[in-house]
Amino acid sequence: MAIEVRNVGKRFGDFVALEDVSITVGDGALTALLGPSGSGKSTLLRVIAGLETPDTGEVVIGEHDVTDAPARTRGVGFVFQHYAPFKHMTVNDNVAFGLSVRKRPKDEIRARVKELLGLVRLDGLAERYPSQLSGGQLQRMALARALAVQPQVLLLDEPFGALDAQVRAELREWLRKLHEEIHVTTIFVTHDQEEAMEVAEQIVVMNTGRIEQAGSPRDLYESPRNEFVMSFIGPVNRLGDTFVRPHDIQILADADGTGTEALVERVVHLGFEVRVELRLHDGRDIWAQVTRESAQQLELKEGQILAVRLPPPRVFAA
Amino acid sequence: MSSSRRARRWGVRTLALGYLALLLLAPVAMIFYRTFEHGLEPVWNAVSAPNAEHAFWLSIEIVAISVPLNTVFGIGMALLLERGRFWGKAVLGLLIDLPFAISPVVVGLALVLVYGKTGWFGNWLAAQGIQVIFSVPGMVIATAVVSLPFVARETVPVLRELGIDAEQAAETLGASPWQTFWRVTLPGIRWAVVYGVVLTTARALGEFGAVSIVSGRIEGQTQTLPLYVQDRFENFDATGAYTAAVVLAVLALATLLAMNLLTRRTRRQTAV
Repeated sequence: MAIEVRNVGKRFGDFVALEDVSITVGDGALTALLGPSGSGKSTLLRVIAGLETPDTGEVVIGEHDVTDAPARTRGVGFVFQHYAPFKHMTVNDNVAFGLSVRKRPKDEIRARVKELLGLVRLDGLAERYPSQLSGGQLQRMALARALAVQPQVLLLDEPFGALDAQVRAELREWLRKLHEEIHVTTIFVTHDQEEAMEVAEQIVVMNTGRIEQAGSPRDLYESPRNEFVMSFIGPVNRLGDTFVRPHDIQILADADGTGTEALVERVVHLGFEVRVELRLHDGRDIWAQVTRESAQQLELKEGQILAVRLPPPRVFAA
Repeated sequence: MSSSRRARRWGVRTLALGYLALLLLAPVAMIFYRTFEHGLEPVWNAVSAPNAEHAFWLSIEIVAISVPLNTVFGIGMALLLERGRFWGKAVLGLLIDLPFAISPVVVGLALVLVYGKTGWFGNWLAAQGIQVIFSVPGMVIATAVVSLPFVARETVPVLRELGIDAEQAAETLGASPWQTFWRVTLPGIRWAVVYGVVLTTARALGEFGAVSIVSGRIEGQTQTLPLYVQDRFENFDATGAYTAAVVLAVLALATLLAMNLLTRRTRRQTAV
């Protein structure tokens, strides 16, 4: 189901959480709400789910204006940041909850739960309690629970936020595959631009309760509309009023007079990429990203003086 | 472990146990001893005295009415205080604690002022043929008032710690507020409620001051067990007083024990 949010505003006391926010999410799309903490992304997600009531504006899911509809009638699956497990129930009963409150036949529930536990790779843990699961397992249980009622829309609040780096990477990959399999319209909230770029088809960048830009990961990276989007999506060097991506800086083998002279202050090896911290001849600090290979060819070392060529800088109207 | 640390630990233990023994164990043990000092026969006679039996069943009746009332009220109040958003919540929180702060005797007097013959509702109630003061309804009200705060006070912090995430999750999964309460909220607070109920029961069983005033202490009619103990004691019937006191103590112990067994068994089952 497509989702449309129109001119939504929400305040908590004096704090403006959302200001005139409008987004459109296509049927079956996988969208990320990306922004720093306090940008309003979680509030927007909760407004779509019906867990918060907007002060102004409308929320439309499919054909229906659901602005005043309670959460339980919206057909929305919600995965909470800290998973919100029902601690007194087994994994099996957690996943079965949505079906059991709908009074579905026992056989149907049993079959569906089994299928879902297989999908999220928790078969064999059905009789465990949440306190006996790891973070990643809890996350997948929460997902299975949300999917059990066949929601038209799946909403995830910081789905990988509380997991360690390796589990995170695995689950990201898995979520993308899952989405390909079941194709339910999905929105997830994240503050991690890499996560958003990797998983989402569409990214909505938010800041201070407003939408800065929405588009495909590539669009946002290549044509950011403003300074905030440019510096939030991908690494950036700021030189006065202009912005330069570190990997767009070219380090020249010979100082042939065409580049700007620079002093190598530090070379940091990060596996495949190498981060080179430079001081330009006019005293400005900048860093460049090069591959391991070119770092070797250039024989980069601290204290070396070389030349760099800067790409045409980007300037945003204030 | 150093010897000074061991000494300190034993010192603390001795102090704690000694305090407990002096204040609680010795007096209670003394009552048991005095009761059974002359064998079982006088005890049996005291227990089966008509007024004693009546007091016992009256106490049970009052507990059986006031404890469920306070349980429902306490859970509702805890939900209101912890989940509700309304003006005057802080005042309500204070009001709930009032029965702890006010002497039961004052509670009793206040009830007489409101429900007695010359009270606000007294005339009207009498016209309907309902007698509150000097009869069971008044005693139930008095007992309910003095044991009012326990369930709510035990439940509020647990509700707060529980948070609203699980309840909201239930809502997004299609549960009605009623289903959410029975399947998610109540299981989450059940130990707090059980503990609150045990405290309420113990307090209700032992209530003396307020009930003493509203009951009028009519022998064989409005005499609860604690009132009966006092009555026997004043009439120099030591065996009767001690026996009734032992019955009260056994009831209280049984309540505690029942809770303990119940929580232990269910906890093991759910492994939470």
